[in-house]
Amino acid sequence: MGRATGCDLTMIGMSALDLARFQFAFTVAFHILFPSLSIGLAAYLAVLEGLWLKTGRQVYFDLFQYWLKVFAIGFSMGVVSGLVMSYEFGTNWAPFAAQAGSVLGPLLAYEVMTAFFLEAGFLGVMLFGMRRVGRGLHFAATCLVSLGTLISMSWILASNSWMQTPQGYAIDPRTGRFIPTDWLQIIFNPSFPYRLVHMGLAAFLSVALLVGGTGAYHLLRSARSGKPATEPVRVMFSMAMWMILVTAPLQILAGDAQGLNTLEHQPAKIAAMEGDWTGETRAPELLFGIPDMKAERTDDAIALPLLGSLILTHRLDGRVPGLKDFAPRDRPNATVLFFSFRLMVGLGLLMLTLGVLGLLARWRRRFYDSRALHRFALAMAPAGFLALLSGWVTTEVGRQPYTIYGVLRTADSVSPIALPGIATSMLVFVVVYFIVFGAGIAILLRLMGSEPHPGEPGPNAREPTRTAGTHPGPAQGRDVGVTPGSEVRP
Amino acid sequence: MNTAHLLPILWAGIAAFTVLAYIVLDGFDLGLGMLFLVERDPQRRDVMVNTVAPVWDGNETWLVLGGACLYGVFPIAYATLLPAFYPLVIAMLLALIFRGVAFEFRFKAATPGARGRWDLAFFGGSTVAAACQGMILGALIQGVRVENAQYAGGWFDWLTPFSVFCAFAVVVGYALLGACWLVWRTEGALQAGARRVARPLAAITIVCIVGVSLWTPALHREYLRHWDVWPRMLYVAPVPLLVAALVAVFWRSILDETRHLTPLLCVLGWFFLCFTGLAISIWPWIVPPSIDIWAASSPPSSQLFLLFGAVILIPTVLAYTGYAYWVFRGKVGHELHEH
Repeated sequence: MGRATGCDLTMIGMSALDLARFQFAFTVAFHILFPSLSIGLAAYLAVLEGLWLKTGRQVYFDLFQYWLKVFAIGFSMGVVSGLVMSYEFGTNWAPFAAQAGSVLGPLLAYEVMTAFFLEAGFLGVMLFGMRRVGRGLHFAATCLVSLGTLISMSWILASNSWMQTPQGYAIDPRTGRFIPTDWLQIIFNPSFPYRLVHMGLAAFLSVALLVGGTGAYHLLRSARSGKPATEPVRVMFSMAMWMILVTAPLQILAGDAQGLNTLEHQPAKIAAMEGDWTGETRAPELLFGIPDMKAERTDDAIALPLLGSLILTHRLDGRVPGLKDFAPRDRPNATVLFFSFRLMVGLGLLMLTLGVLGLLARWRRRFYDSRALHRFALAMAPAGFLALLSGWVTTEVGRQPYTIYGVLRTADSVSPIALPGIATSMLVFVVVYFIVFGAGIAILLRLMGSEPHPGEPGPNAREPTRTAGTHPGPAQGRDVGVTPGSEVRP
Repeated sequence: MNTAHLLPILWAGIAAFTVLAYIVLDGFDLGLGMLFLVERDPQRRDVMVNTVAPVWDGNETWLVLGGACLYGVFPIAYATLLPAFYPLVIAMLLALIFRGVAFEFRFKAATPGARGRWDLAFFGGSTVAAACQGMILGALIQGVRVENAQYAGGWFDWLTPFSVFCAFAVVVGYALLGACWLVWRTEGALQAGARRVARPLAAITIVCIVGVSLWTPALHREYLRHWDVWPRMLYVAPVPLLVAALVAVFWRSILDETRHLTPLLCVLGWFFLCFTGLAISIWPWIVPPSIDIWAASSPPSSQLFLLFGAVILIPTVLAYTGYAYWVFRGKVGHELHEH
């Protein structure tokens, strides 16, 4: 079977390198969604629990329980898909690992020691420990899990940014391996701060859209059945729409800042994103076009004059780079980047629109009644994750043809694994990921499709009401009522 | 001794500790999953899962740390071993995916049929992951072909009678750990069943330990270099003697129904001693029989940078992991924190 697959793939022009890249991209693309969900959701859960403790309002506790179930599922998928990544650097990119492990390995190890253990250690308390540790410590556990997700994001973005804008290293002339010379320079490399802010906002915005879309779904359902929406639904929709209103414009500013940073450090990536072949001042902005890498031109372009220079350089006569400034073998694929970039930006503008429309609806007191607003919010529920993926494609495909920008080529990074081997494992990955993560996403949708209600049960839902058992451990006096319908007062 | 010589020795110690922590902690998780084979009652299965539900994620994180340390501290080992064991590593990761999500999914399954399928995933994932780990261990001991610091062997080099035997040994050993864990953390019928199944598992495990110990030196004569030299022999001799002593303590405690924790501690002792014995045999290789820890090392600037963190953070991690275990201490019944 391996041989046959190999032949077929060779016929359609796939090499072991292409497949290794495709497999890696496939597994990362699945993975990246779940940590983003965890980052946003953990922070939201910490806010909800904090509000519950501060105000004593049952609705915050109900929402906490409701989203905690989603978090538990999303988090477990993040853990297992992330485990794959930590070994795939070696299976698929052995020469890359041998040469750059000295820089990237310690960053990953710090991520594990400062973040993964923190999340894993307190996740158990967060999910199962409310009755065992009391409210104060439980809130501390939620905050620590949230902190863990943020620390984790910082390390992985330091690592990813270093591959885009490497510094603080020397190359061993004998072996070609990287020798770290300045760790502060490595961590705080030029694109790290921009990328960190952009990615952090992306996670928050994606989760806000998901929560808002879920709220909108339940508002629409109750409108159809003629019932008034429950308080948890209204509160979740309102909180999410405020969050979108604040983060969407901030994200556009952060994206603009990262664009300027990329222009400075990776001009070829910018040229490809813009589908621009000849560098020029007073450059137009292409709304549409089809970049042709072979013919070295962009067909069917619809252009707005001067806007390209204005957006990229903030000056009307600023010079924008063109792909022909770079040797053909150093160019990233403009056909992909042009569209992935536009998809991300288009979605970002829609998010901004949603936030503003929500504010208008509040002002006109139609916020909980406007069917059009709710439909729009529901349609935008996955938009954050879609934008996040297209942004990730833009930055990683834009790094090509290098794994470590300007230093190590992707073609020199791939493991000596034969095509049939890679092809077989690729096939298995695709099948397993669709089964496992398909099932997981189905469970998530089912959870979010069920309406949150007062007295929402937590992940411990099937627990019969507290029987006084023989088991030692939990301090019975500190019970919080997590049983359906019970009154909760912190 | 200069830094470049000392750092890899320190790191070999930390890496060995990480691997051992993983084996000890995830060993009983995986073993518990395998015992789904003999425990069919859905309620008791729930109890089994609930004994590890709050901590399994932290247990598995040691495997991530192991990978990350190898990547950052011994990148040459990482870059040769992973291509060498490519199919095993991928199979292990996929198996861990199935068993990891099954923790959550089996409780959320919409129908009994779906729940049965996730139970099967939990059992299958645990077993395959353990078998892959055993086979990786065997393939490592028997050696890896390396040229110019790159893997130079074939697709199926890892598949030999020895690696299959090691896979069997690890599967049985983990199942034993899982059974002993249940003896400690459960009560009633579940505990009695675990106690019953632990005995044959222990007997087979002991046979496997003896088998691997006799087979290993036959693979590379160098493995005996620390064992058959006087007076070094004196330092390493306690390892097999202690195993024998712990076997005796184990048999008494598994038959004594007032003993709940002792069997687990004894088996953990076996694992610790076997691991120590293997480490002594392999030392100072990291990719037998050609790459030692110094040749596999990243530059001192990498190892030193990470050492600061490890010295502070690993004890911290151990402290709060201990706290998490303490929070969920005590016997688990199905009425306790069912999920």
